[in-house]
Amino acid sequence: MTANLSINSSSFKRFQSLIALLLLCIVLSIMTDKFFTPDNGLNVLRQIAVNICIATGMTLIVLTAGIDLSVGSILALCGALTAGLLKNGIEIPSGDLYVGFTVLGAVLGGLLLGWLLGWFNGFVITKFNVPPFVATLAMLTIARGFTMLYTQGHPISNLGTSFAFIGSGVWLGIPVPVWIAIVVVLLAVLLTQKTRTGRYIYAIGGNEQAARLSGININKVKIAVYSIAGALAALGGIILTARLDSAQPNAGISYELDAIAAVVIGGTSLSGGKGSVWGTVMGAVIIGVLNNGLVLLNVSPFWQQVVKGAVILLAVVIDKMGEKKDN
Amino acid sequence: MLIAKNISKKFSGVTALSNVTLELHPGKVNAIIGENGAGKSTLMKIFSGVHTQYEGEIILNGRTVHFANTREAEEAGIAIIHQELNLVPYMSVAENIFLGREITNRFGMVDNTQMNEQAKKLLNLLHLDIEPETKMAALKVGQQQMVEIAKALHTNAGVIIMDEPTSAISDKEVDQLFAIIRKLKEEGKIIAYISHKLKELFTIADRYVILRDGVSVDEGNMEEVSPDELIHKMTGRKLNFEKAGKSKANSEELLQVNQLNLKHPLLRFSNILHNISFTLYKGEILGIYGLMGAGRTELMECIFGLHPKNASGEIRVKGKPCSIKTPADAIATGIALVPEDRKLHGLILNQSIRNNISLTVLRQLEKWGLMLNAGKEMALTDNYINRLAIKTTSDRNKARSLSGGNQQKIVLAKWLATNPQILLLDEPTRGIDINAKAEIYKLIKSLANEGMGIIMVSSELPEILAVSDRVMVMWEGEVTAIIPGEDATEAGVLTHAIHKNEVAL
Repeated sequence: MTANLSINSSSFKRFQSLIALLLLCIVLSIMTDKFFTPDNGLNVLRQIAVNICIATGMTLIVLTAGIDLSVGSILALCGALTAGLLKNGIEIPSGDLYVGFTVLGAVLGGLLLGWLLGWFNGFVITKFNVPPFVATLAMLTIARGFTMLYTQGHPISNLGTSFAFIGSGVWLGIPVPVWIAIVVVLLAVLLTQKTRTGRYIYAIGGNEQAARLSGININKVKIAVYSIAGALAALGGIILTARLDSAQPNAGISYELDAIAAVVIGGTSLSGGKGSVWGTVMGAVIIGVLNNGLVLLNVSPFWQQVVKGAVILLAVVIDKMGEKKDN
Repeated sequence: MLIAKNISKKFSGVTALSNVTLELHPGKVNAIIGENGAGKSTLMKIFSGVHTQYEGEIILNGRTVHFANTREAEEAGIAIIHQELNLVPYMSVAENIFLGREITNRFGMVDNTQMNEQAKKLLNLLHLDIEPETKMAALKVGQQQMVEIAKALHTNAGVIIMDEPTSAISDKEVDQLFAIIRKLKEEGKIIAYISHKLKELFTIADRYVILRDGVSVDEGNMEEVSPDELIHKMTGRKLNFEKAGKSKANSEELLQVNQLNLKHPLLRFSNILHNISFTLYKGEILGIYGLMGAGRTELMECIFGLHPKNASGEIRVKGKPCSIKTPADAIATGIALVPEDRKLHGLILNQSIRNNISLTVLRQLEKWGLMLNAGKEMALTDNYINRLAIKTTSDRNKARSLSGGNQQKIVLAKWLATNPQILLLDEPTRGIDINAKAEIYKLIKSLANEGMGIIMVSSELPEILAVSDRVMVMWEGEVTAIIPGEDATEAGVLTHAIHKNEVAL
């Protein structure tokens, strides 16, 4: 009897965010004409693709009981680097050397930088035992500073149509950024649910001591997770840059908070070990739909922020109440 | 006079104290003696208002009292010096002494000057050369212990409970402490003194009260009893477990530990383990017994590679020297450790039984080195659930949802899955019910019969005697005896654990 009840309540918990999302969509469909149209649907998905990329990386980190505040700045720096490589290449004045980049080369360059910055976060956190909050807060400022240095404070624009395709293209009726987000999510779901590394991520967040005693190389897993999150932030930066056809030096400010919001609304516990990439996708979609709906309803931008905050709070409170019942 | 009358206390069904009746006399040092788990600390926690649910009566100076919290106990004049230090490291000595009872001026602000002055007086009383403004973290462990004592004294309590107060302080500080205890005695205070060190008890205590398995068995005057009699009274119980047939230990050496030392992480010149050497044979169960602080857990941790920086010495497995710097090295060498605290170190409580069991062997469950093979994993967990008779409706249930005995079986399963040749068990039956205990003993025996070498650390003497082929006794980080199983008796083992030689001096 009790076993039955617990299965029911846990399956309800599992679909809690999906149910919330459906309710939200039904309400918005009734209240506005424009919401329930294919165009608007794709529009919402295109808007949240960047956040999904970042939030997926964030989920991996939060599952290990960490946090990454630097993703917004990494996004900006890697977006700028990609744009810069594409437009100006690398010139070495002394040697009269010029290296040009194809779109693929520039994108890989941006991703590599994101990976390295994330790796550095992970390295500092594990090697010097710096709390993730502090280490990534420092990286937030450092990467933003380098973005300003690299761009000299000016946008890098007019990057060509083939690069713009990454942000604005459509394939099989679905925007390219959405395709990218789908691939990222699928890979992350596979990683977390089907691989050894995925298990280690959950184990470290669930009980780091027990994980260590089980012979898991904790530092290695953590560094990998921060590196992946860095690369995914870079990917978000590349999509954003391509969509705007311009790398903005102040792109991505406070994006880390949107990502954390998606993770939290998706039911991943900030204390680690509990949650899923799937939940984060739900969280990101809920935030996206909410933003879109509030705009369609002509709610003032100031009120939009209040509503968004209230939703985050509500999601977490409901989650905590469920937890108490479990125990 | 502080009287306990028919005190009983249970923790989730397990009896910790049963009809304990005893008297603590004023103007006397009342030694409270008993083995690990005899119920001493539980009783002291009832006196000091930590445990509020119990049966029976506490009578303090003729009045029945029942404290709802520690605050009420303090107000009634009961102060406790805990075994573990309860100090805030980044606050000053004075702030710690007055924590929760800060002196305030008439504006309600904390009066640091007053506090520092009073703290200084107190420190002088204890002959402690410490400034009251010093941060706690800057003090040595022994000094911190003395501050803890100062904290208890300043409340001007009529009853002072000291739980192993000398475990971390030097001989000189012990002398100072004893001087203070004598002074408190003269003032007519009731002093309850818990210690494992018999020598100390014979120096300072006037009376003794003996607890055994949660029952008060005897009390009397220290002068009228010898160390041997005390030890006999502590252990004079019947064996709860029958000696099962011995496992077939053979003479093939499996694990050799030579001159193992472990440095204290904080105190530079003191060692937690001194020159530990022993051999474990194939198919043998080696029981390790010792009292609190004997270094048993640390020894297991050293063998398992958890103290790569502070440990030194040689470990050989099947004659080959091994360098074990991490748990992963230990596992690769064929060593498994079932840790003392299963909730803290053994399990991921919020994850499924399956995930917990397979965690140590995920690498073997990979398909093409990439994805986990769910079928293989399920077969593995099903196998162990059946083999160890883990009671659960599904291997997807969370580890948290199981009873202590079944949780312990999961930890055993996750380590047996690694196919170890050497199994280290640290308190494998702590906090689990009697049936689960019996099952675990049976399992240990059959594993040994299959040729595994097993080290079992336990605080329960009957368990050690029932299961072990040989008993190794530790005392303060040293090996004091290795006794063949058939010659081991409770009194004999305990004598070495208390290191009675010291008393005889």
